[in-house]
Amino acid sequence: MTLHRILIANRGEIAIRIIRTCRKLGLETVLAASDADRDSMPARLADRTICIGAARPGDSYLKVETIVQAALGARADAIHPGYGFLSERPELARLCEEHGLVFIGPTAAQIEAVADKVQARNAAEAAGIPVLPGASVDSVDAALVMARRIGSPVLVKAVGGGGGRGMKRIERLAELPQAIALAAAEAGAAFGDARVYLERFVTGGRHVEVQILGDGAGRVIHLGERDCSIQRRYQKLVEEAPAPGLTEDSRRQLHEAAVRFAERLHYRGAGTVEFLVDEQQAFYFLEMNARIQVEHPVTEAVTGVDLVAEQFAIAGGEGLRLAQGEIEQQGCAIECRVNAEDPARDFLPSPGLVTEARWPAGPGIRVDTHIATGSRVPPYYDSLLAKIIAHGLDRPTASQRMRAAIAATRVSGVATNLRFLDAVLGEPSFRAGAVDTGFVARLLARDTVRTTKGAADA
Amino acid sequence: MTLTAREIAEITRLLEDSNFDELRLEIDGLKLHLKRGNAASTEPLPGASAAFTPADTPSPERTPAPKSPAVDRDVQDIVAPMLGTFYRAPRPGEPPFVEHGSPVEADTIIGIIEVMKLMNTVRAGLRGTVVEILARDGALVEYGEPLLRVRRGNEP
Repeated sequence: MTLHRILIANRGEIAIRIIRTCRKLGLETVLAASDADRDSMPARLADRTICIGAARPGDSYLKVETIVQAALGARADAIHPGYGFLSERPELARLCEEHGLVFIGPTAAQIEAVADKVQARNAAEAAGIPVLPGASVDSVDAALVMARRIGSPVLVKAVGGGGGRGMKRIERLAELPQAIALAAAEAGAAFGDARVYLERFVTGGRHVEVQILGDGAGRVIHLGERDCSIQRRYQKLVEEAPAPGLTEDSRRQLHEAAVRFAERLHYRGAGTVEFLVDEQQAFYFLEMNARIQVEHPVTEAVTGVDLVAEQFAIAGGEGLRLAQGEIEQQGCAIECRVNAEDPARDFLPSPGLVTEARWPAGPGIRVDTHIATGSRVPPYYDSLLAKIIAHGLDRPTASQRMRAAIAATRVSGVATNLRFLDAVLGEPSFRAGAVDTGFVARLLARDTVRTTKGAADA
Repeated sequence: MTLTAREIAEITRLLEDSNFDELRLEIDGLKLHLKRGNAASTEPLPGASAAFTPADTPSPERTPAPKSPAVDRDVQDIVAPMLGTFYRAPRPGEPPFVEHGSPVEADTIIGIIEVMKLMNTVRAGLRGTVVEILARDGALVEYGEPLLRVRRGNEP
């Protein structure tokens, strides 16, 4: 089916990212926007904007029926869900299927297959991909037995989870009952599924994920990996491609595992298979994300492939336009997420009016943002203001460009994490490529000690 | 730290006598922002490339707005409480719920909005008389889009 008009069921920078590719492809865009986003930058860039409901996501961006009704009413032939919101809700994919709309993403059944994290773990095992010791637990007693077998530390995770929500790390068995209760409550509220499972927590592990594209008929290619170890409370802050410090052998094995996992699903569209890589470079399957990801631009920078354009091609029936051998990677790309949050106040979100926004430009610099001077950051959504991507022929060049780009960025009116991002890039261990998921916590703990000490001395 | 009304009046006079249009004062967590009535806001306005529309003046081609603004304070627009297909009548071929000149009470049904086969009744929410029908039967209406205009009270 040839696509003509796309309804974009999202907001912020990703809505603009999608609009940009639509324009390049000659596709008309209809933006489904909440009342708070009527005058946002994506609303001004889209060919048409339809207001779908009140500001709170539950009244607008999360309403499956309303989104489909908007697409039908605007005579769109496809819906692009972006990331977050309804992107991984099988109900939307299914309702699209029922109404003859193309859903830019995998099938409802594929979303379901990876949304259940325990089911996905089992599928990985069946594909011969290692998983961390763990299992789902339906009672605290069963959890205690399981935790003893796994050994601490243990991670309590939501079966229906994702994005780090519903995750709790415990060091001692005594903390387990409370952690399970908390994780279950959080997961129930966020995903409508309170089931939890346990997994061994790997200290010093890295978060490495592989970008894949599938044609829906069993053919899958990968576009290399990204390291996303720089996280704060499981929220990614800095991502890069390729992952530093991996042996060529580990890299190849990761790619093969990701492709194998997606092939067995006959996966359709863009997706990411996430792994944990330990200090010995042994890797374990974590989960699969059935959507375009926030950090996809680093892959685009090193491969030169427009992933959103490939999503459209696959959804429009063209299949995979690229063969594995055609994917080449050049240099290194780093992405920093600029958030409206205040590192001095425990990263408290800082909504408000942006009185000044000046974004960097220059060789190898890309900025994906929906924020300009005069933009409002509403309090109802995530705090992402922009993604700055720096590409260079090697990692030091990319890193140097990124620091210069951060220095050239000006955002006033709302607090940002810009200085914190610069501190991350300036860390000797980051520069050495020696990153792991504990990086940010260690940096914050050290700086807190230093500031407290400094204050006492003064 | 607090300021008395007299102190604020005095600061206002200082601004009035000065060459400045705007004053921002911050003392111990207290923030005071004064601006001359006729002064243009100094909030930096976006450049030509951004072409930003201030939140209170939606551009007509993008956001649904009344055909002519209801300036009369006794005249009020009834807006769509949700996005969907608007129907003026209970079933095709039947007379509309309300017409131009129809009296309405707060709970009078004025139309139906369909969202994926789910019919939602829309009520007037005020007492008055319908003076204009704004939304077309069978059209997609957005959240907040004016459906019809009502003059408060019972006299047409």
